[in-house]
Amino acid sequence: MTYRAHPYMANSAPQLQEELCTAIGVASPDELFAQIPADHITQTPIKLPPALASELELSRHLRITLARNVDCEASLSFLGGGCWQHHVPAVCDEIATRTEFLTPVWGTPSSDHGRNQAWFEFSSQLGELLELDFVGLPVYSWGCAAGHALRMAGRMTGRREVLISELMDPERLAVIRTYCEPPGMQGHIELRTVATDPATGTLDLDALASAISERTAAVYFETPGALGVIEPNPERIVALARAHGAEAVAGVDPISLGVLAPPGQYGADIAVGPTQPLGVHMNCGGGVGGFIASRDEERYARQYPTLQVSLCPTSEEGERGFSLTLFEQSSYGSRELGNDWTGNSVYLWAVVNAVYMSLLGPTGFSELGELILMRSNYAAARISEIPGVAVSWPGFFKEFVVDFNETGKTVSEINAGLRTRGIFGGGGLSDSHPQLGQSALYCVTEVHNQEDIDRLTTALTEVLA
Amino acid sequence: MSNPSLRRYHAAVWDEPLVLEIGREGRRGMLVPEPEAEVRATAGTLDALVPHTARRQKAPGLPELTEFEVQRHYLHLSQETLGMMGISLFGTCTMKYNPRLNELLTARPWLAELHPSQDEDTLQGVLQIVHAFSEMLCELSGMSQFVFQPGGGADAAYTQACITRAYHQHRGELSQRDEVITTIQAHPCNAATSAAAGFKVVTLPLEDDGYPSVAALEAVVSERTAALMVNNPDDMGIYNPNIKRWLELVHDAGALAFYDHANFNGVMSRLRARELGFDACMFMLHKTFGAPKGGGGPAVGAYGCSEELVPFLPRPLVHRDGERYRIEHDAPLSIGRVREFWGNLPQVVKAYSYTRALGAEGIRQAADLSVLANNYMEGRLLAIRGVTKSFPELTAPRLEMTRYSLGEMTEETGVTVLDVQNRMVDFGIDAFWLSHEPWIVPEPFTPEAGELWSKEDIDYWIDVLAAVVAEAYEDPETVRTAPHNQAIHKVDGSGANDPEQWATTWRAYQRKRRAATV
Repeated sequence: MTYRAHPYMANSAPQLQEELCTAIGVASPDELFAQIPADHITQTPIKLPPALASELELSRHLRITLARNVDCEASLSFLGGGCWQHHVPAVCDEIATRTEFLTPVWGTPSSDHGRNQAWFEFSSQLGELLELDFVGLPVYSWGCAAGHALRMAGRMTGRREVLISELMDPERLAVIRTYCEPPGMQGHIELRTVATDPATGTLDLDALASAISERTAAVYFETPGALGVIEPNPERIVALARAHGAEAVAGVDPISLGVLAPPGQYGADIAVGPTQPLGVHMNCGGGVGGFIASRDEERYARQYPTLQVSLCPTSEEGERGFSLTLFEQSSYGSRELGNDWTGNSVYLWAVVNAVYMSLLGPTGFSELGELILMRSNYAAARISEIPGVAVSWPGFFKEFVVDFNETGKTVSEINAGLRTRGIFGGGGLSDSHPQLGQSALYCVTEVHNQEDIDRLTTALTEVLA
Repeated sequence: MSNPSLRRYHAAVWDEPLVLEIGREGRRGMLVPEPEAEVRATAGTLDALVPHTARRQKAPGLPELTEFEVQRHYLHLSQETLGMMGISLFGTCTMKYNPRLNELLTARPWLAELHPSQDEDTLQGVLQIVHAFSEMLCELSGMSQFVFQPGGGADAAYTQACITRAYHQHRGELSQRDEVITTIQAHPCNAATSAAAGFKVVTLPLEDDGYPSVAALEAVVSERTAALMVNNPDDMGIYNPNIKRWLELVHDAGALAFYDHANFNGVMSRLRARELGFDACMFMLHKTFGAPKGGGGPAVGAYGCSEELVPFLPRPLVHRDGERYRIEHDAPLSIGRVREFWGNLPQVVKAYSYTRALGAEGIRQAADLSVLANNYMEGRLLAIRGVTKSFPELTAPRLEMTRYSLGEMTEETGVTVLDVQNRMVDFGIDAFWLSHEPWIVPEPFTPEAGELWSKEDIDYWIDVLAAVVAEAYEDPETVRTAPHNQAIHKVDGSGANDPEQWATTWRAYQRKRRAATV
């Protein structure tokens, strides 16, 4: 076949390559690699699958491949645990694909003005939800946000011990462990688990009181917790931390904050949480993001590893612009002397999160929170009517633990049965929380209507029959 | 400046208020379904479901807008973002076309609505792509396995730091090996992630050849060395020809060597990291492999390593058994997770698609064209008064980018490289890359043309730079006060580090403004 220029490469047209070579006086691009010693150059040519240079062939290949997946719109899914199926408004999708936001990297403060404003609106609206005044640009995930927050607490207090619930999400916990460095490292932060009340799944405050000491850098608690339960008295956890000079770090799902108390209300020092629920598709886990927020006090602000934008004046009287703030304490500004590190993160999702929060508004958040509470509690009530099945704890938001121990079946058997009925059952907990035996975490959001939930209970009844 | 050869341009100006300042009480942008009567009756009241102490007391101060008003607001903000609508030669970031096909296909439910904990039977398509793309990157690097969990290049460097830790721990040498060696021209994330993982950082300065000498490395490498983390070429376009000797020294000392392949675009298909002797490397899928940058992510730092390091990789990994793909969720020596789940999969699919669109020949051609374009630029750039090249005495052609300096121009006119950047955006030219900290040459700038931009675009970019530099000599005030044709004027960030003035949220801004006026 004759040579054809590639649609992604303007200078792949033969005369262009020649023109450029002529301009610099070389016969071939090969001459331009003189810096690289000959024995560094690979002797084995690169072999890749044949090129699919036409969009049509490429599209066909990708469509055939991706069609092998079975997604959560084709099936009815009750999976949660750090990545949740929520409704993504169409406007979020439109803004996420705007080329001006999607393709670029950094510009100047003036030519990036719109994006900087969108970022500021992310931080500002999240600040309103959290009732906290200082919000960084997002980090990779909730677990990463928690890891950074605990390291911040360690630096602030000079202490090296953190208290966490025994019922942590396994993915998030694995990330936090990584951030807290293994034993033996100089920066190791010891994670000590605190027992929960077997009747409620919430933190056992007596156990917390006896575990906390002058060595505690932070108490990290989540509400709703990893297994869905709402901490009934977050202000008491905060008070305990404060009484011992420890930082109270709260992990919260922002989608719950129309109905659940925001961290600022109960006095948490630092708040972290996920951003995926705010208008980002699950993307097989590739939609996750995390936030870090706190009171706007220097003590906290000086410890942030993130970048953040600040509202600023411009050279034109009365005009507003945005500038990076506290850049020097980031790894971009100070290399290994900066706070932890930063880099590319999930900044496109921050724009999408801003869109989502402005679409929902105060009433939307409260109605959505209430709807999720209602439907998840309805699901729990229906499921617990199935013989041998129990819902472990009341007082949850969006996710709850279903106890199958009395059914004589394993969660993976049950889920296999559900799958043949087009349903993805809740995720099994026996690996991460062996004490719960054959239990599963079910997630019910606004996308699940009564019909979906009734279909689940019917299918579960059949599978367990 | 009236230069008839330059196109007229002006950014959209909307004076767009903050979203928190617009809207009216009671307006709605999105409704949610009402709970069904039976659902409501069964679930009970809100008071019964959430104790008072855990309830929100005060409604959040969010805006109240219609769906259209929200859409229009954010469209205005997108228009007030130059965002590569003109020409962007942002060095180190390898600006590429992000094929629209990839955006459309990854936005469909078959990827967007997948949950990472689904049974592997239901994920065969995406597992196939993850597996195939790992193999393709192995072919390009000589490594044995790739993971996509790291959420960017810095996260891949952090992954290396964690694997360094686990590897030496496993060999019982961690207490002895507490140093990571890097160079001043390596990306700051290599130093920063090493420190965050608990290592001391040893940074080698550059010498006359544009890179640290073998002797300098010899002087610091020891039984305390845990790893070497370097890029090559660096972002001045200079290649360290002694890298094989470096790796021998590091390996003889019992340490690991990590190749930050941020600058892979120019050497694709010529160098294989593993053949050079590296134990691990990192590719940025949002740079070299055509996935979009999103203005700073979602990104992927694809991390690949030798067979010896595979046990330490974060999980999950994807394996192939005949025609089936399965997920390995954990392994005894694995560092666990650096981030939840298995990475920004839409970006992986986009990078896979990009690589399939190019094939082996296209990849090599992209490298050739990148280096060709960069060297083409050099002749024209150095003809501009006030422009000099880093390490000018090094005459060998640079690779896919070159660090230049406007230091002479600044001395002669007082106009800085940041002023020039601010003026170039007046012509629709996105900011260029300056340099990481610390600056090795004064007033640095680092363009990278890559394979995307046409000769006409490159010429136009240079025309604009030349016009702005000429203006700096003739009418410096216009450059210093730039931009003049942008969404807003020159931003005054002088108060942004003052606790009394900084405001990362509207709440903070309002509070501080009230305090200042009292």
